[in-house]
Amino acid sequence: MAGLMRRLAPQLVALAALVGLVTAFYPAFLDLSFGGGRLSGPLVDVLKRAAPVALLATGMTLVIATRGIDLSVGAIMAICGAVAATAITAGWGLPAALLLALGAGAAAGLWNGVLVAVLGIQPFVATLILMTMGRGIAQLITEGRIMTFTDAGFAWIGSGTALGLPVPAWLWIATAAAFALVLRRTALGMLVEATGINRRASGLAGVNATVLLVAVYVAAGLCAALAGLVVTADIRGADANNAGLWLELDAILAVVIGGNSLLGGRFSIAASVIGALIIQTITIGIRLAGFPSEYNLIIKAVLVLVILVLQSPRLAPEWQFWRDSLRAARNRPADGKGAAK
Amino acid sequence: MNIRALPLYVTIAIFLLAYLVCWTQFPAMLSTRVIGNLLTDNAYLGIVAVGMTLVILSGGIDLSVGSVIAFSGVFIAVVLRDSTLHPLAVFAMLLALTTAFGAAMGFLIDRLAMPAFIVTLAGMFLARGAAYMLSIDSVPVVHPFFDWLEGLYWLMPGKGRLRLIGVVMLLAFAAGIVVAHKTRFGTSVLALGGGEATARLMGVRQGRTTVLVYAFSGLMAGLSGIVFTIYTGSGYSLATVGTELTAIAAVVIGGTLLTGGAGYMFGTFIGVMTMGLIQTYIVFDGSLSSWWTKIVVGVLLLAFILLQKGLVKLSQDRLAAGAGR
Repeated sequence: MAGLMRRLAPQLVALAALVGLVTAFYPAFLDLSFGGGRLSGPLVDVLKRAAPVALLATGMTLVIATRGIDLSVGAIMAICGAVAATAITAGWGLPAALLLALGAGAAAGLWNGVLVAVLGIQPFVATLILMTMGRGIAQLITEGRIMTFTDAGFAWIGSGTALGLPVPAWLWIATAAAFALVLRRTALGMLVEATGINRRASGLAGVNATVLLVAVYVAAGLCAALAGLVVTADIRGADANNAGLWLELDAILAVVIGGNSLLGGRFSIAASVIGALIIQTITIGIRLAGFPSEYNLIIKAVLVLVILVLQSPRLAPEWQFWRDSLRAARNRPADGKGAAK
Repeated sequence: MNIRALPLYVTIAIFLLAYLVCWTQFPAMLSTRVIGNLLTDNAYLGIVAVGMTLVILSGGIDLSVGSVIAFSGVFIAVVLRDSTLHPLAVFAMLLALTTAFGAAMGFLIDRLAMPAFIVTLAGMFLARGAAYMLSIDSVPVVHPFFDWLEGLYWLMPGKGRLRLIGVVMLLAFAAGIVVAHKTRFGTSVLALGGGEATARLMGVRQGRTTVLVYAFSGLMAGLSGIVFTIYTGSGYSLATVGTELTAIAAVVIGGTLLTGGAGYMFGTFIGVMTMGLIQTYIVFDGSLSSWWTKIVVGVLLLAFILLQKGLVKLSQDRLAAGAGR
């Protein structure tokens, strides 16, 4: 537990600092009220609005841990939203619509996984194909219209309340917790890390890297399907052009803010979803603090740059040197200058 | 036959075949009017694809170009609105700015040794954010010089109009072909894309080459922004979202290896024209919907990636067989 807290400390500190900063500009940010069987307030809004990116980031964490990247998750969201809305308007009922949407997400993930793991195409290129095609496919399903529906059960997924909190918030918390449990309570997480660090070596050690890679992309597809359902249910319509547009970039950003290396290997789903919360706090905070939302992109760019500098393999020795000299200075008494000579 | 040139031949064959199919259905497709429009409508995409080709040849990627085009448009429109500078002076300022922006990204990629993908992603956010800061609304460009540029064309036989921006694209491709295939710098770029370690051993100055490649891409994105502004007559910060992906697709359909090290600038030209042709066909047909463009481009992308995967494997097998002998 202490190890987990140490791993999450930079992200938690950043999140706390951000919340403090926003509160300084907009004191009502921390207000919470309970009425009509649910909590409400800006913080609850952050939890709800973070759902799509947090869901995507959960799947993306695994993909990035295998040294991959999935650019198609935004397009998969659009496809799954279109499938669900079409099934609902055709009168097939809610369970069928949800199953079909999840199936579509899994199929899209399978496609990516086969391209990457079986055909050996670089992940960036392989998922670019579906990213280009995906919105075309989604428009094909909705026949180019924004498909609206009135099914109250489906809309509940996007805007309902359960146990005092919005349903999307429960959905991403449950998904992230389920993934983290399955990966960390079994050897799966370690196998994913091994594949990311060195696919060949892990293959020689007996890991079935091909199946594992395909499974990781299918998991990312399923997470994207859930995110697509949330977005579609929230606006009660499937918008093939705009559902999940550029969210893949936010998801990658969330994973990177979570301190996961883009070069694969060790990962933390908890850190990634906190990354998603950080992004959402910035977005909502800027709006509430009265700044124009244009600052959003600039702040994101600066964030990426800072993380790049921190993660850079070329600067790593310098960080290490700096840390060592700091530690040495702390251990040495104030009059210990002579030791350096 | 040179195995490396095979994707180029396939690209040209697909383009000619597609044109033939279009022509048998709509004989009017083979008029200089359609060709003139093909060049005009895809001018900004072609120019940005020239820069992208060089970046991809070097084994990198530049995701920032779409945002840089949008920034260029807003920059030109806002500066012309708020000052009395001549457009040519504004163009020079803009090109210097975007080139420096590209060079800075190249510098970071080299110095931090981080994937180009994530560095240029930051550049994409930064350029789009800077465009938002200048203006959120669409700003019209009102200047007599602009109207003159917009109206400039050469009447081809058959009443087709070869507009100025089409000519600029053709010149950009000519320059790109010279830079990529006829200069020492171009050879360094290809060597770098073929493998960093071998390139270093060959004496390629890796840092300098990386910075220059991204600077070139920035310059082309700026030029493309100027052309786009002439084409639309306004600057809008939400314009050309996703153009970087269209440009990457054009480069791949043009037969350039996405992992770098092999490809032809001329292929990218054909790639851009093929994508333009698909759109023209959809317009001519009238009943097909525009989303088919995305699907057909995606299928072409897959076909070319698989073709190249096969070719790379083939040449590796040949190398392995040679080593074993």
